[in-house]
Amino acid sequence: MNGSARKKALLAFAALVLLGVLPFVVGTYSIMLITEIMIMGIFALSFNLLFGYTGLLSFGHAAFFGVSGYVTAFLLIHDFPSLLLALLLGTLAAALAAIVVGYFSVRLDEIYFAILTLGFGMMFYTLVHQWRSVTGGSDGLTGLVLPSLGIGKLSIDVSSPKSFYFIVAVFFIITILVLLRIVRSSFGLILMSIRENKERAAFTGINIRAYRLASFVISGFFAGVAGGLFAVFDRMASPSMLHWTASAEPVLMTVLGGAHVFFGPVIGAILFFFIEHVITKFTDIWMIFLGAILIPLVIFFPDGVLGTLMTRRKKMREARREGEE
Amino acid sequence: MSLFFMNFLNGISLGMLLFLISIGLTIIFGVLGVLNFAHGSLYMLGAYFCFQIVSLSHNFWGALILAPVVVALVGGVIESMLLRPVYGRDVSFQLLLTFGVLLVLDDAVRLIWGSGYHIVDPPPLLNGVVHLGGFTYPVYSLFILFLGPFIGLGLWAFFRFTLWGKKIRASSMDREMAAGIGINVNHLFTGVFMFGTWLAGVGGALAAPLRAIGPSMGEKIIIESFIVVVIGGLGSFPGAFLGAMILGLINAYGAQYLPKATMALPYILLAIILLTKPRGLLSKET
Repeated sequence: MNGSARKKALLAFAALVLLGVLPFVVGTYSIMLITEIMIMGIFALSFNLLFGYTGLLSFGHAAFFGVSGYVTAFLLIHDFPSLLLALLLGTLAAALAAIVVGYFSVRLDEIYFAILTLGFGMMFYTLVHQWRSVTGGSDGLTGLVLPSLGIGKLSIDVSSPKSFYFIVAVFFIITILVLLRIVRSSFGLILMSIRENKERAAFTGINIRAYRLASFVISGFFAGVAGGLFAVFDRMASPSMLHWTASAEPVLMTVLGGAHVFFGPVIGAILFFFIEHVITKFTDIWMIFLGAILIPLVIFFPDGVLGTLMTRRKKMREARREGEE
Repeated sequence: MSLFFMNFLNGISLGMLLFLISIGLTIIFGVLGVLNFAHGSLYMLGAYFCFQIVSLSHNFWGALILAPVVVALVGGVIESMLLRPVYGRDVSFQLLLTFGVLLVLDDAVRLIWGSGYHIVDPPPLLNGVVHLGGFTYPVYSLFILFLGPFIGLGLWAFFRFTLWGKKIRASSMDREMAAGIGINVNHLFTGVFMFGTWLAGVGGALAAPLRAIGPSMGEKIIIESFIVVVIGGLGSFPGAFLGAMILGLINAYGAQYLPKATMALPYILLAIILLTKPRGLLSKET
């Protein structure tokens, strides 16, 4: 094992220990805040597979987040017996929606792709907004009944913030591992080659649309994971989950943290909630500060906070190495 | 029949407003290459400034002149201080930057004027209704309806015959070539952005007596104007006109015939047009 790999393994271990210990040292409010950060972290990571790795800016990603949230919530208010199965069905519904939306959207590029996904996202929004008998219209679905989570003989009460924290943490870690595996596979390399130069990638015999669609569906799937968990976390699903302004949130987190480093979106989610948390202590009007922070970030941190810091470190290290030679 | 005709008028007058806002959006995109997410917020700012000036001076016409100018000044600041550093970057960064501006403007409005709704009365001259064989119609809506074509013609003449109009068209066709033949692109960009935001401000001030003025009015209109410019063809002036009329009429007739689906119709239309004509109805590229 060389130095950098050992350092990474140590860092991962430290993060795991921190995740495991935190709920025992902080209060309930902080536990819920971290839970929400992890859920939105999953959402932002899913978005970034499409944006950072495939080069497609989706402005309708809240559709998949919301579809899964609604399906999960719908099942759980109708006394569905299994929480995990409800989450799974919600996530599959999101993936199905992503197949349909992706099939049409991946034909387009850049701004046209962004606008078309925004349009599809708003179609889903109007659907849940108008289909009162099933979705509850603008009130949404409330009053979720949480069945206890049975694994073997073990039965876990999900309604306590601490146990739900651990469930979300497991999903968070699984999402990270699966997405890491994906972006480091040859499949991930092909996605990045499409991002860098679509024409050249096509000349090497890559079916651009098929790869983009695959990326889109995987991305929609994990957005669904986040959406289902969020509905359980909030005990409700509301139309605002699918509005285009909700689609903007993973975009903001990703750009805040850095789109070209894997953990950028997670750092972005932490920053996003930290900013919200600190500012809402003083005033409800916090978006103005988020905007005021976002603007200089876009101007001065072209690769996001984590991305720019890492490039800077790399440059410094290279400069030192050159000095030694 | 009279309901049909009334919806036609509603659709066209809504289309005129959308046209004013979208034409600014499309000019800015055509010349600067930036899709301005904050455009709806600048429209909203126009309505709020109009409200503020009217409630201070009770002079609607003065507000209609002054409010858009103030909006244009805000636009000038945004372009020269914020947008200029990111022109060379990826399109998504510009989108995000203008999204940051949107967040700031929307909450600034809440901070200054509160979250409630405000109302501006039409000027006395245009207050009241007229009888149009079978139904009554607000005079102010008719005013918008007749004003629209004049503004459209004025813009057309401006782009066709004035030096500035020609410079703008030249730069929207080929930015580098325009710079090469001695057009000061920096000044032009600021000018075009201010002009576009001025149009958004005019739209907002004109809309003030028509709609309740609230902090979410920008959020809705920006998506509608995105749809207008995309279905018409990004950067195309006739396209923006066509798109605005189509969207206005769809909204009006949708409310009459398909009340449940009317919210979704613009998005369905957007998807169909993007998938069959990816560059919009009236674009020159294929």
